[in-house]
Amino acid sequence: MEAFVTLDAVAVPLPLPNIDTDQIIPARFLSRPREVNHADFLFHDARRVAATGEQNPEFPLNREPWRAARVIVAGKNFACGSSREAAVWALFDAGFRCAIAPSFGDIFRNNGTKNGLLPVVLPAAVVEDILAQLEASPGARIFVDLPQQQVTAPDGSVHGFEIDPFAKHCMLNGLDDFGVTAAYEDDIAAFERRYGRENRI
Amino acid sequence: MSEPAGPRTLFEKIWSRHRVTEREDGQTLLYVGRHLLHDGGATAFDVLRKRGLKPRAPDRIFATPDHYVSTATRKLAEIEDPRHREMVEKLARNTAEHGIRMFGLGDPNQGIVHVVGPETGLSQPGILLVCGDSHTSTHGAVGALAFGIGSTEVAHVLATQTLWQRKPKTMRITVDGTLGPQVTGKDVILAIIAQIGAAGATEHVIEYAGNAIRGLSMEGRLTLCNMSIEAGGRAGMVAPDETTYAYLHGRPYAPQSAEWEQAVARWRELPSDEGAAFDTEVTVDGSAIRPMVTWGNSPEDALPIDAAVPDPESAADAERRAQMRRMLDYMGLTPGTKLTDIAIDRVFIGSCTNSRIEDLRAAAAVADGRKVAEGVTAWVVPGSEPVKRQAEAEGLHEVFRRAGFEWREPGCSMCLGTNGDIARPGQRVASTSNRNFMGRQGPGARTHLLSPAMAAAAAVTGRFADVRRLMGG
Ligand code: SF4
Repeated sequence: MEAFVTLDAVAVPLPLPNIDTDQIIPARFLSRPREVNHADFLFHDARRVAATGEQNPEFPLNREPWRAARVIVAGKNFACGSSREAAVWALFDAGFRCAIAPSFGDIFRNNGTKNGLLPVVLPAAVVEDILAQLEASPGARIFVDLPQQQVTAPDGSVHGFEIDPFAKHCMLNGLDDFGVTAAYEDDIAAFERRYGRENRI
Repeated sequence: MSEPAGPRTLFEKIWSRHRVTEREDGQTLLYVGRHLLHDGGATAFDVLRKRGLKPRAPDRIFATPDHYVSTATRKLAEIEDPRHREMVEKLARNTAEHGIRMFGLGDPNQGIVHVVGPETGLSQPGILLVCGDSHTSTHGAVGALAFGIGSTEVAHVLATQTLWQRKPKTMRITVDGTLGPQVTGKDVILAIIAQIGAAGATEHVIEYAGNAIRGLSMEGRLTLCNMSIEAGGRAGMVAPDETTYAYLHGRPYAPQSAEWEQAVARWRELPSDEGAAFDTEVTVDGSAIRPMVTWGNSPEDALPIDAAVPDPESAADAERRAQMRRMLDYMGLTPGTKLTDIAIDRVFIGSCTNSRIEDLRAAAAVADGRKVAEGVTAWVVPGSEPVKRQAEAEGLHEVFRRAGFEWREPGCSMCLGTNGDIARPGQRVASTSNRNFMGRQGPGARTHLLSPAMAAAAAVTGRFADVRRLMGG
């Protein structure tokens, strides 16, 4: 996994609640293996004009200062719904490394930290404020500091965020769970002997 | 790591029973009792292969293809799209390579993974069950702790049979009162989500309690727990009781003979203790719930059938107003229109939410002696081979066919359309599935969620209809 330490990047605002993973990547692209670049599937239908299939110039991700965005800022319950990890891959392959919202779908949040995409939860009022700043000055940047657990908004205001210490450690060092779990082999084997006896399933 | 003394919840009992170890930072390594796979999970095996790993406990893993199977044929070779066929083949190859039991196409137990688990008795009270699919919450209906995971996590569970998790919060949703006629598990869960919102249970495991829940059949509870994820919940559970034991007894993978009695004795210890504390409590008046239909693109946008399409101007804030406008535009609806005045193009009765035998019986009761309205295409897709056999033994397929419904082969089908079963842009679908997201049933398709009986009522009326009127409820 790619490590995440700090990020100074253009942020794109998507000021809507409940943006689900079906919108982030429609189901018909889910049969592609990870090796395939998923960038073009990101918001595939939302960013196109339905009738013609052409890019909708209104969609924020299609607009010039935001084409370079690496941070996405959205309304509450971002990436709710399906467990499809391809939602993270599509964001990652399109260059995104951080998503900021008042809340996330729980499974997406886990998928993110396991694939180098940092989910940052900030209070709804703060997110609303950041969204307003991003819309007022398209192309504005956000600074994300994982060691300090801080986000610096375009107006210079600094906001702390919580992250699970384990997820933070893995992201900072680009580690995945497999290596960590290997150290617990004896515990797992002991558990299996116990569990196998107690619970014949 | 010692257990806090005092009363514990159902969730806490299962959690602590499956805890291998807990780190100082709060991360807990949980042992997975049962792992279910479907044909959308090929990536996890790619990860294993790349790392030179193998499944640790193949006997704890069961698989069935559902997302990419055709609902027109049972023959693999007849799946037209090579990508779809490849997904079904990959599952067969991967499971065969590692000695994992698969209920493949043509197997008498094949079906949607969340129908198959409970129906075969693989999903049992007290176990920790995972699957790479968000609707794994379904299996909590039997009193299991069951939740969906992403594909990296699936690979980790395959390789280690364990999963790192941080303990979620607990929420108890108590539904008391008597449910009215034609009010089903589907209406209860839509009413709950409408009340608490699509993010209402984020970071929580839900336990459903109260008389109205106790009174639900197993099928009703499975529908209820299925949509916990649509309220943001990590999992949903119902404490096991006589309904659960009666449902599981004699199922192929349930404990048999002497072991059955021992298992039931263990399961009786599971329900939350008197006085156990939950982080969040919600109460819902069951007797006030009416048959529900969604109008927008989130399951929280659900209203009783006698309501009208809401007006964005009445929204609490600008964000909601903008979202409502966008949804009404996508759905092609005008504020103030009565839900019963909205005409439909298609009906889908199926999915892991509502494709079980009781669902089909309820829909068939409405279809019986009636005809699908002119211009409406209506499908019934049973959730599994056993459901299909049972329905055919009862003659339900004939009832549906006489009424003009198509009777199809088991699979996920139009719930998400990965197998190609999709609606055309602009088509309005009355669907018993779980998500009305934009594009969920095909680009531009307009999905409305409702119960099987309500879907059948819509099919024969050509518009949304109050099934209580139709059936004299
Ligand atoms: S029926 Fe729908 S929700 Fe259920 S597993 Fe299949 S695609 Fe997912």
